[in-house]
Amino acid sequence: MGAGAGFEALSCPTPAPAGDAILLGHGSGGKMSAELLQRLLLPALCNPVLDRLEDQAMVEAGGARLAFTTDSFVVKPLFFPGGDIGTLAVNGTVNDLAMGGAKPLFLSLALILEEGLPLEPLRRVMASVRAAADAAGVSVVTGDTKVVERGSGDGIFVNTSGIGLAAEGVELSAAYARPGDRVLLSGTIGDHGIAILSQREGLEFGGAMASDTAALYPLVEAMLRTRAAIRCLRDPTRGGVASSLNEIAARSGVGIELDESAIPVHDAVRGACEMLGLDPLYVANEGKLLAIVGREDAAALLAAMRAQRLGLEARMIGTVTGAHPGMVTMRTALGTSRIVDMLAGDQLPRIC
Amino acid sequence: MQYLDEYRDAKIARALAAEIARRTTQPWVLMEICGGQTHTLVRYGIDELLPAGVEMVHGPGCPVCVTPLETVDKAIAIAARPEVTLLSYGDMLRVPGSRGDLFQVKAAGGDVRIVYAPTEALKFARAHPERQVVFFAVGFETTAPANAMAVWQAKREGLRNFSMLASHVLVPPATRALLASPRTRVQGFIGPGHVCTVMGTREYEALAREFRVPIVVGGFEPLDLLEAILMLVTQLEQGRAEVENQYVRSVSQVGNPQAQRALAEVFAVCDQKWRGIGGIAQSGLALRPEYAAFDADRLYGTAGFSASEPAECMSAAVLQGLRKPADCPAFATRCTPDTPLGAPMVSSEGACAAYYLYRRHTAGAGRA
Repeated sequence: MGAGAGFEALSCPTPAPAGDAILLGHGSGGKMSAELLQRLLLPALCNPVLDRLEDQAMVEAGGARLAFTTDSFVVKPLFFPGGDIGTLAVNGTVNDLAMGGAKPLFLSLALILEEGLPLEPLRRVMASVRAAADAAGVSVVTGDTKVVERGSGDGIFVNTSGIGLAAEGVELSAAYARPGDRVLLSGTIGDHGIAILSQREGLEFGGAMASDTAALYPLVEAMLRTRAAIRCLRDPTRGGVASSLNEIAARSGVGIELDESAIPVHDAVRGACEMLGLDPLYVANEGKLLAIVGREDAAALLAAMRAQRLGLEARMIGTVTGAHPGMVTMRTALGTSRIVDMLAGDQLPRIC
Repeated sequence: MQYLDEYRDAKIARALAAEIARRTTQPWVLMEICGGQTHTLVRYGIDELLPAGVEMVHGPGCPVCVTPLETVDKAIAIAARPEVTLLSYGDMLRVPGSRGDLFQVKAAGGDVRIVYAPTEALKFARAHPERQVVFFAVGFETTAPANAMAVWQAKREGLRNFSMLASHVLVPPATRALLASPRTRVQGFIGPGHVCTVMGTREYEALAREFRVPIVVGGFEPLDLLEAILMLVTQLEQGRAEVENQYVRSVSQVGNPQAQRALAEVFAVCDQKWRGIGGIAQSGLALRPEYAAFDADRLYGTAGFSASEPAECMSAAVLQGLRKPADCPAFATRCTPDTPLGAPMVSSEGACAAYYLYRRHTAGAGRA
């Protein structure tokens, strides 16, 4: 090797084509998830209700308009500060109903248990399911239990489905954002993801972060009571605020411009993200919501959110714009502008 | 938040930018060497604040990007072995080798895990004596001491199931290669703050003298970069070519002697290939013969691996500051972080990936 020769003969590798197997990134809620959905899952099933691609399906039955949704929970560790897989399984599903403006009523609960699982953690998870369901005002009215061989599962996998009653006259969609609308966020971001990460990796950050897992319907109900022109509600779970807003921008054909200094982040979350090279905008939340609302109603809606326990730290974080459709940008603290992209797969810690 | 907000103050940033503009009387081309600095620069739009005459180009200091293709191939081959658990930093798992990446190995049943430090890999090896534990260690002088300590500790404990696939690169030889290139436009460097925290600044003094080029060792926060740029512009305008230290809260002239001792104990300087760049003499670190028992490359017979990197992209020109990422016809079309054609698109610290992530709406807009 000769010194200095290298830069004159630079070359670059051609990457391998994407594999033909499922990777973890397909479950990240990012671009890979969206591609799997579009290319393989939706073509097999397409129908007008499904094709709306909201967090919940809206169906009519017997004269009632019902919201229906399902979600599976494969979180590791099963127990973490602020909750456990049972709490998540209830709150995750009732929140998907609430994001359609629907009042959650009934849940199903399916357990996939791994051979050898001690009964004690299962007891604890079931107690959490009960407590979370009671708090959310829903009943678990049907269920199923399966056991797989040791090694074929990871302790406890949970699936819940939920039915809720749609609010009259309320129709929300990620496709309804319009230029001029405002973006509201109900509180601090990244709490859940960092709580899980620090527990999973045995990382210790100054103050222990607790998951923000919570049932959001009481907040949604108070918001709907204002009769504000709410276009869309989203709970930014996996993929975080960035992924939810990218989805709204793409579905509505609008741009979204965020104000970095307006986005509330706990110091402990910010510190953890700085250390790990993560961006809190992509970290999961389990008890927060984003609302897109008409400009004229934004202030009133924000005030109504702040009057609720789950919205005490609500902020206006951005504006919907006609510029750069499909793209989310951010005005940085320095006054410059950058893109907030949809990630391909999971956010990975950077090396340095 | 303490220790962060004071380095991101918008008012001070604007004042620094105004001072840079005031002192600039002619065009200057500056390079930040470190990928971490590139990331901050593009993420915060620091270059948007600079006067038109001051142009930033982005150096080769992204360790993930420059890890040779065949080293990634080696990691993939080793990780595919049933007895092996391979651990590495998160962003290494997505780096494409000749065929596939480590995530695909994981999907096919390989035991591949993300860790945050080599000591976690050691801990895993102690707890799982039945597994052959391989740590895939990449990085510059910054990460190399911790990797050295892991191997040193493993030897001291007599751990027999731990080894390291090492691909370490050194900044000064690459900077020299870049300066020696006749086409280089770079007139001043922001030196790598964390590399110098370990190694000190003396190696850079020789470079500054030999090539008559100012080098300001800089930090990684927005105000660090702006201050370093101000110091560089001041030197250039005054016709000076010295090593100065902006990152005084971390860097000293002698560096960290303990870390340097750990490096010297475990590693020896060797010739090294850089992905997207090629071979650079004496620009890497290899395990010393005394530590051969911990050399995964030897243990798993991958030393003969080679992979040719077809000339597809223009990273050569980008890394020399001749072109900007968005000048490339493949940028944001055929070449994206999901399907990188070249090294700088691989990790978010690579120049092309940083532009793609944060700058697509202005740089190369319309192609995105």
